[in-house]
Amino acid sequence: MSVFDYTLEELQQKLHNKELTVTDLVQASYDQIDAVDDQVKAFITLNKEAALKQAAQLDQEIDQNNHPLFGIPAGIKDNIVTKGLRTTCASQLLSNFDNPLYDATVMERLNKKNVITIGKLNMDEFAMGSTTENSSYFDTRNPWNTDYVPGGSSGGSAASVAAGEVFFSLGSDTGGSIRQPASFCGVVGLKPTYGLVSRFGLVAFASSLDQIGPLTRTVEDNAYVLNVIAGHDKMDSTSANVDVPNYHDALKKGVEGLKIAVPREYLSSQEGIQPEVREKVEAAIEVFKSLGATVEEVSLPHSKYAVAAYYLLASSEASANLARFDGIRYGKRTDHAENMIDVFKNTRSEGFGDEVKRRIMLGTFALSSGYYDAYYKKAQQVRTLIKQDFDKVFENYDIIVGPTSPTPAYKVGEKIDDPLLMYADDVLTIPVNLAGVPGMSLPCGFSDDEGLPIGLQIIAKHFDEQMIYRAAYAYEQATEHHKKRPVMGGAK
Amino acid sequence: MTDISKDQVRHVAHLARLAITDDEVDTMTKQLGDIIHYAELLNELDTTGVEPTTHVLDLKNVMRKDEPRKWIDREDALNNATDHQNNQFKVPTIL
Repeated sequence: MSVFDYTLEELQQKLHNKELTVTDLVQASYDQIDAVDDQVKAFITLNKEAALKQAAQLDQEIDQNNHPLFGIPAGIKDNIVTKGLRTTCASQLLSNFDNPLYDATVMERLNKKNVITIGKLNMDEFAMGSTTENSSYFDTRNPWNTDYVPGGSSGGSAASVAAGEVFFSLGSDTGGSIRQPASFCGVVGLKPTYGLVSRFGLVAFASSLDQIGPLTRTVEDNAYVLNVIAGHDKMDSTSANVDVPNYHDALKKGVEGLKIAVPREYLSSQEGIQPEVREKVEAAIEVFKSLGATVEEVSLPHSKYAVAAYYLLASSEASANLARFDGIRYGKRTDHAENMIDVFKNTRSEGFGDEVKRRIMLGTFALSSGYYDAYYKKAQQVRTLIKQDFDKVFENYDIIVGPTSPTPAYKVGEKIDDPLLMYADDVLTIPVNLAGVPGMSLPCGFSDDEGLPIGLQIIAKHFDEQMIYRAAYAYEQATEHHKKRPVMGGAK
Repeated sequence: MTDISKDQVRHVAHLARLAITDDEVDTMTKQLGDIIHYAELLNELDTTGVEPTTHVLDLKNVMRKDEPRKWIDREDALNNATDHQNNQFKVPTIL
């Protein structure tokens, strides 16, 4: 048994019983990284010296602390700003951004609870992609089979947790970027309600959609992390001023009497849902029934328009957000420029990868004179229809259940040359971002031939993360999928 | 159906402050055209009278008092820049 098999609660017990020290945990993280990260390639930057120093300090303070995150090694997606620790967004443009000047609000909150930052995790450049192949540094691989992608854009965040390199990680989700890699790597990933977690210090991709969320081994661990990072922040004017409950309190309430909706579009072969995925999700639905929930089929009729609306909206917002990368105040400036316009153009062309350029171009086009109404405004109207689909279902149901992704992980290189094929991957996760509701992916089985994880998605209404945790915990306790680990070399 | 031309791609690239090669213009014209054609799926829906959603939460303007507070030092702020001089960011001649 590895220390990575323990839950956060068990780890605190062992720290307090002196069976383990914080230094042991941090050392275990770096030992596992040494053993497997040349295959998994989850980390862009490590924080080893500072992490070990912090661990030694915390080992003196263990008796005065009992928070479940105390001394826990975590990985952070590289689009979350960390003071003094290089933050690249997996882009060449930020390859020299060695000394960010402040911490994102989520980092301040984790630091206050003495979480230890092990390093910064690989991702698709500026969070644009579904496989982590758009990182300008290297591909991250799926720990269950390193010929396969880990998903994306938070591929490093999911792979590092699955590979036992950290006890939890933070990712960000704009169209599925936490849930889809969580599904592909067999971990628990939550995209909170838009506005629940501060975006201050998250490098903006699409500001009306982006949310930071936790990736963990178990549902319970996930609730513990959300407890710390959720809540109003005056530094983010889109942060919701709502009371944050203790999510852990919701876990054990069970699903008896809950009303579960299954959208027929989410099990339809028209949306490319593989039979095997459908089968595992249907089996999960049977588990909910056996636990006393009622399940009914519903429709989210505008689902098939979500991907098109999303790519117009997210790219439009990205084209504005990424205008800040000009090479002047930070980031890598071009060596080839005689005048100001060339500084901008060459810095950006040398610094951005193909997918980022493609989306900036699409967004600029959709917002440009003569096209704004036909594309951008139209997409915003369709967003309203998609949001109404969810509102209507949640009038009568507590949660929506379906697959996270139409397929298990696929091979590296399989979709990278066809942007539209890649975008279609997000068909089941994007509507959740457009509606702003919370969604979680958790393991619900494994593919028969390759043994790759399959994810179950649970969606609730705005700010009802408690309901998600309640259903997810009940399912997890009734099944064994979360106990399975990828077989990798490394520290035991 | 809207087709996007090579000239339009060059124009959009200029607006987006991207330098693109002739090869990239060719690829981009095709790829953007494909994505835009796909997006025209939305035209199946009659959205007359549907309010656009810019933001999912019912937020009003969030105001704060305009008060000075300590933030980052000038020296730190300049430190991440490729070029600076006399406490200012340095760029090529503009005028």
